[in-house]
Amino acid sequence: MRGRTLSRAAATARAHAAPVFAALGDQTRLGLVEQLGSAGPQSIARLSAGSAMTRQAITKHLLVLDSAGLVRSTRRGRERIWECDPTPLAEAGRFLDAVSIRWDAALNRLQHRVER
Amino acid sequence: MSTDRIEKSIVLRAPQSAVWQALTAAEEFGAWFGARFEGAFSPGARVKGRITIPGYDHLTIEVVIERMDPEHVFSYRWHPYAVDPALDYSSEPMTLVEFHLEAVPEGTRLTVVESGFDRIPATRRAEALRMNEGGWSAQLRNIEGHLAR
Repeated sequence: MRGRTLSRAAATARAHAAPVFAALGDQTRLGLVEQLGSAGPQSIARLSAGSAMTRQAITKHLLVLDSAGLVRSTRRGRERIWECDPTPLAEAGRFLDAVSIRWDAALNRLQHRVER
Repeated sequence: MSTDRIEKSIVLRAPQSAVWQALTAAEEFGAWFGARFEGAFSPGARVKGRITIPGYDHLTIEVVIERMDPEHVFSYRWHPYAVDPALDYSSEPMTLVEFHLEAVPEGTRLTVVESGFDRIPATRRAEALRMNEGGWSAQLRNIEGHLAR
């Protein structure tokens, strides 16, 4: 039941979101998530500091990540601060674990059947 | 961590022909998988069934058979975790399930690969997970029952 209400609310909020991993299937966006994950919340100005990309290009990628629920932003004064939301990634991982466990159980039953 | 596929491998102490039969005869597949199908498996066939696992027995299942390469490859597509009877999953992408059989000295190596999860909407994956958590105790009891037989 851990965090179920929270994750349900998050899931509902993303009801029409693009698939998480489709959003991550791009080197630039993956890099942005890594950067936000390791260096913490930051502004577009800081994100673009060491990058060859324009702020507009970075903003576009951040919006794709935002629509998948992977990042979110808050306004602070005149700038917008972006940060990672690890929930969708964790949920996608747990989903695959659950499917995996179910296959283990099914194969166990198959083994029981063909080896008797 | 791969986010798109799950791969499982198991060595069965049974001949390839027996494993093939257990996978591709709809009735036998249903016996270990936990479903009762309405028709036979053949390439291109869309076969409906009903889950027979306690706790899930209000659910239906549908597989679209893809490949049947005798005693070597069997594959089908389905909607993974289509667990809410009130929802219509038909417009969603399906995952591909492939069974590969290979003769080994002990019997048969069976490899199962399920792929295509990246195309399943994240919200559905989260929802399916919650449904799954609710049904786990029943599922575990079912496995115990089988192993104790």
